[in-house]
Amino acid sequence: MTPDVELRQVVKEFSAAGKSKRAGYQVRAVDNVNLQIAQGEFFAMLGPSGCGKTTTLRMIAGFETPTSGEIYIRGKAVHDIPPFHRPVNTVFQDYALFPHMTVIQNVMFGLRMEGVPRQEAQRRAEEALDMVKLSHAAARRPNQLSGGQQQRVALARALVKRPSVLLLDEPLGALDLKLRKEMQAELKTMQQRVGITFIFVTHDQEEAMSMANRIAVMHEGHVLQVGTARDIYERPVNRFVADFIGETNFFVGNLVEKRDKVGVVKLADGATFEASLPLDASSVSEGKVTVALRPERIGIFPPGEEDDMPREVPLNVLEGVLYEMDYIGTDTRYTVEIAGTTLVVREQNVDYEDNYDFRLGQTVKIFFPAVSATILQE
Amino acid sequence: MLEAQARRRQQRSGLLLALPAIIWLGLFFLLPLGIVGVFSFLTREAAGIVSLPFTLEHYERTFGVFSVVLWRSVWISVVSTVICLLIGYPLAFFIATRQNNWVRQLCLFMVVLPFWTNFLVRTYAWRILLGDQGTINAILQGLGLIDAPLTLLNTPFAVILGLVYGFLPFMVLPIYASVDRFDFKYVDAAHDLGANDIKAFFRVVLPMTLPGVFAGSALVFIPCVGAFVTPDLLGGTQGLMIGNLISRQFGQSLNLPLGSALSVTMMLIVMVALLAYVRLGNRRLGG
Repeated sequence: MTPDVELRQVVKEFSAAGKSKRAGYQVRAVDNVNLQIAQGEFFAMLGPSGCGKTTTLRMIAGFETPTSGEIYIRGKAVHDIPPFHRPVNTVFQDYALFPHMTVIQNVMFGLRMEGVPRQEAQRRAEEALDMVKLSHAAARRPNQLSGGQQQRVALARALVKRPSVLLLDEPLGALDLKLRKEMQAELKTMQQRVGITFIFVTHDQEEAMSMANRIAVMHEGHVLQVGTARDIYERPVNRFVADFIGETNFFVGNLVEKRDKVGVVKLADGATFEASLPLDASSVSEGKVTVALRPERIGIFPPGEEDDMPREVPLNVLEGVLYEMDYIGTDTRYTVEIAGTTLVVREQNVDYEDNYDFRLGQTVKIFFPAVSATILQE
Repeated sequence: MLEAQARRRQQRSGLLLALPAIIWLGLFFLLPLGIVGVFSFLTREAAGIVSLPFTLEHYERTFGVFSVVLWRSVWISVVSTVICLLIGYPLAFFIATRQNNWVRQLCLFMVVLPFWTNFLVRTYAWRILLGDQGTINAILQGLGLIDAPLTLLNTPFAVILGLVYGFLPFMVLPIYASVDRFDFKYVDAAHDLGANDIKAFFRVVLPMTLPGVFAGSALVFIPCVGAFVTPDLLGGTQGLMIGNLISRQFGQSLNLPLGSALSVTMMLIVMVALLAYVRLGNRRLGG
């Protein structure tokens, strides 16, 4: 099946204005991006500001022309087509509702531009407003609406055109936390109801993970990893992805042996443990590697309590020194030093009192299964 | 209680601050205006002297014999304003959309540069350009495009040319400010919704920059109606405007009541224009 949206080796360069007078000095905002987004998918582009996610979205919308590469929507090349002839619509970051028009006029605008007769445009716009529960605000101006309402109008204005693909540029960025959570749920429901492909850009990893079917993590113009929230959280391909999504510990060690899905890593102090190879096992080779390990996947025991360790799965056990312990409500954070590396361990506080009696400076044992640790590409 | 006191104190100090301006405007604007208003209904006894009884005679003449000049003042001003708008909007748009700040500043500087030379001198320059033996006719004749010189000077055309030339910056600057404030994300939004460049301009950019257009139009139209240097130097009898009549009544003729009646009429025209400006502006803002 042809993907709904496909980007092939898309590059976008901007001339660095002001900074340098040297001729031909260019900045690569987007560098060789390849993406395939399936029909009906809720796809997120995630990354810090300046990573090229918004530029990529703007190229799909047609506001920017790629320096090189191709963009296809439903199998049709669109990179040379102006935005007003593309079957996509955008929900802008701050909505860009036309302030000189009423809400209903805003929603009708796109239909009128298509040449839909006034009566029918009005009827369809009313339906769209009904869908976002704003029928009562049809005659108001955008500046008389709250942020969340404006967001809904922007959504109605884009969806009323029945686009093949809906693009959303940080659509919830301007809303406060509570409203954000509500709108996240609402957007997700909406996407399932209308069944069209949503591509949305965000710098909020939690938002991306809770809403999207698949996520592309971007950094400095590159797509580093594309996958489900679970893929990206559990098997980050490199240090940047591991660090950007959630909290992670990094171990530096030597990969001494590659087996089927796991590798054996030797630390500076000679201790060894097993960790999972990345999804693409050939991308790492023996020698110096970095291992990512999530704090909540590590167990910790004081000496003499090893018998309590679970025995169902083979576990790595390492020894270290506990030198910090912070109670933070839901969790307790332990900072442990192992072979010159500082490691954070997070244990959920399931009981009123601690199970074990830890003392600072004491030697402790930590354990984790091989599946919880991931060997990263350099 | 305390709040009300504080508010009253604030109001008092505000009044105190405004007092010099109030006195100034009262003495040198409102009072003379009142005198002009009263004079316009009085009888002309001799040159420079007015007396009772009250009469409507001067208004009868204003809207009678001088209605041609009145009407000409209005249409020349309207045409000049429209031409200023047609030239000024694209120019202002061009300047406001330059990426390079330095280029933008330079363009704006060039727009106001003519103000560095005296208005009278610049208007005289047009006489030299437009005259029968002037530069334009000389060039056209030299090229063999015309046999006899064109009558350019002493026509309404020359007056319009002079007014547009003189007041164009007053159109460009407010529109520039409007376009500069305009956020081009709205053009992206219009494009996204299927509007091509032309539709995006007329449906989104123009309506959102109308405050600048209205302000510029008012700033051009008002001085145009009152203009007298330009029609005096470039218009001859064909391009005579209300300003010339007024200056003549207060100058050579010393017909103070007629001059006053003409002045009051001109003020009414300007007020109608201002009222239209306020009304249009309000309608845009209100629902």
